[in-house]
Amino acid sequence: MTTAPAHAGWRFRQPSVIPGFGLTLGFSLAYLTLIILIPLSGLIWRSAALGWTDFWALATDRRTLKALEISFGTAFIAAAVNVVFGTLVAWVLVRYRFPGRRVVDAMVDLPFALPTAVAGIALTTLYAPTGWLGKLLMPLGLKVAYTPLGIIVALVFIGLPFVVRTVQPIMEELDKEVEEAAATLGASRFQIITRVLFPGLAPAVITGFSLAFARGVGEYGSVIFIAGNLPYKSEIAPLLIVIRLEEYNYPAATAIAAIMLALSFAMLLLINLVQTWSRKRYG
Amino acid sequence: MADPEIKSYEPHHESQSAAVTESRPVRVALTTVTLVFLGVFLLLPLIIVFKEAFAKGVGAYFQSLGDADTRSAIRLTLLVAAISVPLNLVFGLSAAWAIAKFEFKGKAFLTTLIDLPFSVSPVISGLVYVLLFGAQGLLGEWLKAHGIQILFAVPGIVLATVFVTFPFVARELIPLMQEQGNGDEEAALSLGANGWQAFWYVTLPNIKWGLLYGVLLCNARAMGEFGAVSVVSGHIRGLTNTMPLHVEILYNEYNAVGAFAVASLLAGLALVTLVLKTLLEMRYGAEIAATRGH
Repeated sequence: MTTAPAHAGWRFRQPSVIPGFGLTLGFSLAYLTLIILIPLSGLIWRSAALGWTDFWALATDRRTLKALEISFGTAFIAAAVNVVFGTLVAWVLVRYRFPGRRVVDAMVDLPFALPTAVAGIALTTLYAPTGWLGKLLMPLGLKVAYTPLGIIVALVFIGLPFVVRTVQPIMEELDKEVEEAAATLGASRFQIITRVLFPGLAPAVITGFSLAFARGVGEYGSVIFIAGNLPYKSEIAPLLIVIRLEEYNYPAATAIAAIMLALSFAMLLLINLVQTWSRKRYG
Repeated sequence: MADPEIKSYEPHHESQSAAVTESRPVRVALTTVTLVFLGVFLLLPLIIVFKEAFAKGVGAYFQSLGDADTRSAIRLTLLVAAISVPLNLVFGLSAAWAIAKFEFKGKAFLTTLIDLPFSVSPVISGLVYVLLFGAQGLLGEWLKAHGIQILFAVPGIVLATVFVTFPFVARELIPLMQEQGNGDEEAALSLGANGWQAFWYVTLPNIKWGLLYGVLLCNARAMGEFGAVSVVSGHIRGLTNTMPLHVEILYNEYNAVGAFAVASLLAGLALVTLVLKTLLEMRYGAEIAATRGH
């Protein structure tokens, strides 16, 4: 980046008759810097100040590694479940007509609107051994509450709208004529769905997956009630950060947070690359 | 065109030929699976909140809501939302004006930065302020020397809430204002309006429903935020406990009716938010940006 206009054609902004550029951009940047950038760089600065050996020791602590594994593992499984059911929900909402469809459509956003702590205690009550669903699952030998399975259930709840709301608009725009063309050329319904429709939906599905996954990795409120929070078994990384903070162990909390941020960004980058590839491939 | 193939073709959604939709049993099966899934995963949690809240009767419900700590948690939640939502509203308007009305270098990067809080765990959003303002924090000593309390007090809770709700209004307005273009404002300016008048009388009426939509989602999250606020609050009953934090405390004390009574208020807020959101989408769908949901 050059700081001064290197050649005559370089302009920071295109000319415009609309006023207020300096004011609005200045205020936005100042606010962004104060609220987001300075606090986040504080985290990076603090973890850098730890030094490599200390950071590595904290990062490779067995309990930390296990918590990260649980967070990323359960978020991955929950996002995968949501890809299947989220796509199905979107399909049924877009393609089929049934009474109450509008209400069901609106309900899909409930996890966005319902505070996570409320979702947490509600799910825990439902899946506890004496709860409505826990009672049904007990005879099958399925324990959900206070196990890693409970974490997955909470993350499926939290992540569902991300997949539905990403896939749904793309599904609405799918051109029916393409399906008709495939049908007239003799394709079976199954072939049309797998060979014609799904490739077009792939980028949206991947986006939905990545949003649900990213949200699941960081999720705290809905998980801590149902997880049971046993170290090495059902303790998620965000909870371990809170525990370290409560012990005034700032370096450990900082290290876990830095790893989580780095892993999340690496994951988002990877998913972005996959998406670009799938757009090129199926675009 | 007497070809029977073409005659039987019906372009309407409701009556498709078998080739472009599934057979009836498959449709019924898929719809049933979907409704059962949504019933178990979305509807049951909502029902159980109200069922547990009223488990010991209406009297016990209202008694637990009348509790002094509960009332102070409700007041704090309203206060925090009343500060953080307007802050992010002003930021959203300002950022959308700069980004949608002008072409400048680094615009895409700025837009990405605005979405950053969505990819940060709420716990980390709280942690960054602890690292900044806490006793061992960068500014901890200075704040202590000057007697300023940010952590474990209202300012910290507001900051954490502002952080997690930061993108809501901006990401709603940016695509909407980009889509609307500059034509209306340019016309107003050429007719002699000044910048404020163009904004107030031209832009604002154009974006009001989108703005309301963004504020609605921002407010729901602000009132319901748990993780970030939990880290900075200190959980002092009657002082720094917001409603979601109070739910946790009551629940951990095995006060199920109390916890679910407060939870039922938050669930009610979520339902009102969903109804208003759906109404806005139905009534003003075209005047709300294409980014639905988040």
